[in-house]
Amino acid sequence: MDLLNAIVALSNFVLVPAIAYGSQLALGALGVTLIYGILRFSNFAHGDTMAFGTMATILFTWWFQSLGISFGPLPTALLALPLGILGCMAIVLLTDRGIYRFYREQKAKPVILVIVSMGVMFIMNGLVRVIIGPDDQNFADGDRFIITAREFREMTGLREGLALKSTQGITVITAVIVVALLFWFLNRTRTGKSMRAYSDNEDLALLSGINPERVVMITWLIVAALATVAGVLYGLDKSFKPFVYFQLLLPIFASAIVGGLGSPVGAIAGGFIIAFSEVTITYAWKKVLTYLLPEAWQPDGLVQLMSTDYKFAVSFVILLIVLLVKPTGLFKGKSV
Amino acid sequence: MIKVKDLHKHFGGFHAVDGANLEIAEGSITGLIGPNGAGKTTLFNVIAGVLEPTAGRVTMAGKDITGLPPHELFHKGLLRTFQIAHEFSSMTCRENLMMVPGNQSGERLWNTWFGRRRIANEERALRAKADEVLEFLTIEHLADHRAGQVSGGQKKLLELGRTMMVDARIVFLDEVGAGVNRTLLNTIADAIIRLNKERQYTFVVIEHDMDFIGRLCDPVICMAEGRVLAEGTLAEIKANEQVIEAYLGTGLKNKVNT
Ligand SMILES: Nc1ncnc2c1ncn2[C@@H]1O[C@H](COP(=O)(O)OP(=O)(O)OP(=O)(O)O)[C@@H](O)[C@H]1O
Ligand SMILES: [Mg+2]
Repeated sequence: MDLLNAIVALSNFVLVPAIAYGSQLALGALGVTLIYGILRFSNFAHGDTMAFGTMATILFTWWFQSLGISFGPLPTALLALPLGILGCMAIVLLTDRGIYRFYREQKAKPVILVIVSMGVMFIMNGLVRVIIGPDDQNFADGDRFIITAREFREMTGLREGLALKSTQGITVITAVIVVALLFWFLNRTRTGKSMRAYSDNEDLALLSGINPERVVMITWLIVAALATVAGVLYGLDKSFKPFVYFQLLLPIFASAIVGGLGSPVGAIAGGFIIAFSEVTITYAWKKVLTYLLPEAWQPDGLVQLMSTDYKFAVSFVILLIVLLVKPTGLFKGKSV
Repeated sequence: MIKVKDLHKHFGGFHAVDGANLEIAEGSITGLIGPNGAGKTTLFNVIAGVLEPTAGRVTMAGKDITGLPPHELFHKGLLRTFQIAHEFSSMTCRENLMMVPGNQSGERLWNTWFGRRRIANEERALRAKADEVLEFLTIEHLADHRAGQVSGGQKKLLELGRTMMVDARIVFLDEVGAGVNRTLLNTIADAIIRLNKERQYTFVVIEHDMDFIGRLCDPVICMAEGRVLAEGTLAEIKANEQVIEAYLGTGLKNKVNT
């Protein structure tokens, strides 16, 4: 019984949140990794691209809500998501046409593009704050839980409860669908293959008749979609605040780099590695240990390795270790 | 077919191509020889749109193609291979070849959803063609190997194979024979001659192997220090004093003459 309780407590506080958070990070990291693979720079504006897409989705959600449209037990934001994605695609294509293309034509070095993307980051950040304000926005509606802790306890008779938030379920299901679509696209369609070819060997791709501007445009469109989905899922699960999305940049980059920049599979693995490390290191293990250890060994303190205030330090440390030990990441991306 | 007028390519103060003038006749197999660093590869790069010329013009069939991007030149039928073989390393050899014809209906985004049947047919035709090319190059057993893992010489064959996937008009081969063994070298030479006769490809061939050049090329152009030194049949080139001094050398002369 104690073992079961321990497992349930572990699932409730570590596994389930980490899987949901990992899915969100993975989707974010996929965007970063695609830009790195095709356009060959680290896009610092990615966090704020997520914020922009999420903001657009929230505005459409509010509009739907004011019209009395709802999605039954599911959040209205899912209905608004396609429109939010279109909004994000528009702004991303606009920045590409207006800003990045100029530097591409100059054949600017990646370092310069990174700095440019920081500029874009500040502009987008400002734009989002001007439009929706810097505060927290809660836009989740529909059913809150798939199963609450109490229902679980009554069902199983265990002391520990396992709460499953509907946003967590939605996150995982959506992430699986999006990732499946992305991999189908990259591996099965000609356009996807030409993207892979372009990422693999740019010179050869050009001399094989692949149009670089087209590849770049499609990449941005996909990245906008991924960023919006990641941002909306995160916002539904936690809440939407522009500054938080800026902060997400670190774990997202850590995920992409740990997995190997330029490698989509790596981005997904990296997302889960970072999420699990962050959650396990900042979790207070007292409860789980109380079930597992004999009376005499029970811990007095919280058995928390690090306070949650330091959760970003976790990504940072993992990032440093990977860069020192295996700079190309776990899945052999391009070295950074 | 291709005319190069007073072409310059400077890297900083260094003149890699320094006023090159030459003309490639339609249907010919033109040899391009010259010492290391003569600017042959750079000339290819400028013609193929990889590098912008510092000055000068390139025309193809009378039309100005100077500075056009490589993918547009590809669609005009101008192809090239690389001196150092390039490949899509994460794809198989077959997929590498299938990547080449860049302008298919599958490239249109909506067709990935609505034109499935047509795309499937195209894929099948493309696959058959790729297999045919692999067989022609005697590397059919490598079809499912990752291109990044095959040998250097085999990558060279793959480079040549790429030009056979589409109907090219003019193909620039940058030392396709280097690092390839004798028997394969003959295969490559045969392939070039056949493509030239049967499919009317025009070829420009950079090579350091005089036997290879002798078998294939007429005329031969010799470059040195970014300029065209001499042009003519191989026999004329070999007899040219300037060429001997700059490239062939007196020691080589006897060997070449045999
Ligand atoms: N990107 C570059 N930047 C600076 N210098 C270059 C560049 N590319 C080529 N060069 C210089 O231009 C000169 C001509 O090079 P190129 O590669 O055209 O010679 P090549 O005739 O093809 O020689 P090889 O027979 O050895 O292949 C060389 O001296 C080389 O150092
Ligand atoms: Mg060369």
